[in-house]
Amino acid sequence: MSKTSQRHSKCEITFTVNGKSVTVRAHPMERLLDVLRHELGLTGTKEGCGEGECGSCGVLMDGALVNSCLIPVLQASGAAIVTIEGLSADGRLCALQQAFLQCGGAQCGICTPGMILAALHLLDKAPQPTSQEISEGLSGNLCRCTGYMQIFEAVKEAVRSGASK
Amino acid sequence: MRAHPAEYELVAPGTLTDVLSLLARAPGAWLPIAGGTDVMVQYAAGKLPARKLVSIWNLPELRKIEISTDEIRIGAACTYTDLRRHEMFAREFPLLASAASWTGGIANQNRGTLGGNIVNASPAADSLPALLVYDAELILVSARGERRLPYSDFHLDYRKTQIAPDELIRAARLPRRFSGYYAHARKVGARKAQAIAKVCLAALGRIENGVITDARLAMGSVAPIPLRLHETERAIKGKRIDPALMQLAAKTAAKEIRPIDDIRSTARYRAAVAGNLVAEFLERLAAAETGA
Repeated sequence: MSKTSQRHSKCEITFTVNGKSVTVRAHPMERLLDVLRHELGLTGTKEGCGEGECGSCGVLMDGALVNSCLIPVLQASGAAIVTIEGLSADGRLCALQQAFLQCGGAQCGICTPGMILAALHLLDKAPQPTSQEISEGLSGNLCRCTGYMQIFEAVKEAVRSGASK
Repeated sequence: MRAHPAEYELVAPGTLTDVLSLLARAPGAWLPIAGGTDVMVQYAAGKLPARKLVSIWNLPELRKIEISTDEIRIGAACTYTDLRRHEMFAREFPLLASAASWTGGIANQNRGTLGGNIVNASPAADSLPALLVYDAELILVSARGERRLPYSDFHLDYRKTQIAPDELIRAARLPRRFSGYYAHARKVGARKAQAIAKVCLAALGRIENGVITDARLAMGSVAPIPLRLHETERAIKGKRIDPALMQLAAKTAAKEIRPIDDIRSTARYRAAVAGNLVAEFLERLAAAETGA
């Protein structure tokens, strides 16, 4: 493993995060997850498995739910990224976050940001999801605390309270 | 050991022509990366041999779905989500639509591509048995030009394929002649979501007055490559579906496959399940004709 390897320099990569344009200096293969957390201080996005199984690093990229641990940051160049920090404004939670709080849809909190972004993505595609659509929409997000029922309930509550329109 | 990003190069030329000329200048030196759902996993684990990568994500030339009277042409960088959203697949190629819906969760479906699934060449890949039974043809492209290859010839051995070091898959073509077939897809995994298959089956059949007039079967996770079950097909074609035929088909399938023991399952279990899946297909096919 310890053969001497060539080291490459960083480059400038520009994209928007939560509506704000940012330019970072990063190695192109750095994971978007690491750039968000370490360069931009957006630690709401969590690392779980680091291999695309658990969904806790979920963010929206040009409106599509993605696992940020699997995105080399160069591929985010020019993209619009939304992280959990982008959902609340002036300290006020969005209706979906409020529903998670109200229904006990979060416990330890590691899966919660990814779970909420997956739910947001689901409600964007299916504003009145069936129970089946909810479980499928969240099937890429693992939670080891809640047993999922409160999470599913939170999504339903968000629909009732008009989070998706 | 985590990979250090400084040791890797990644470039994004932005057009197919530029990517192909990069590959042509140093064949084998560059690893194409599309949605990264396989490559980034290896990378993060420090197990990616390649140090130079070229991004083909979002190349417009590779992300088209084109339909003509007799075929559908799927750009290699179309994602599973692209396949799920296009009504054509649910209607005419349901085996591929099902496979797309089984592959990973939504986030991976938004990034994983059909071409990536093909070149990654995992014997457990969900979409590959469907491509076999639909008689897919691949269009491979390099700076030297394009060539066509029946998909059934693409895989040589475990993770060995016919792709040349300077080539990309450009598209997969599926002939539109299977809409009259009964289609049956089944994946057996540890759980419904996210799991990698222990065994998966893609099957097409036609039946008239209880007699099988055509059958096309392929399985994943039962051999070093995605496997078409030619012997099982021969054993059932022209035959009437009854319990004896179901038993014969199950036995033939179990003998035809070459399963192994691995972390997900055992060869013995896989052989038993493979047989059961084929029998189940015949049962459904018979029921489909009688409308049961």
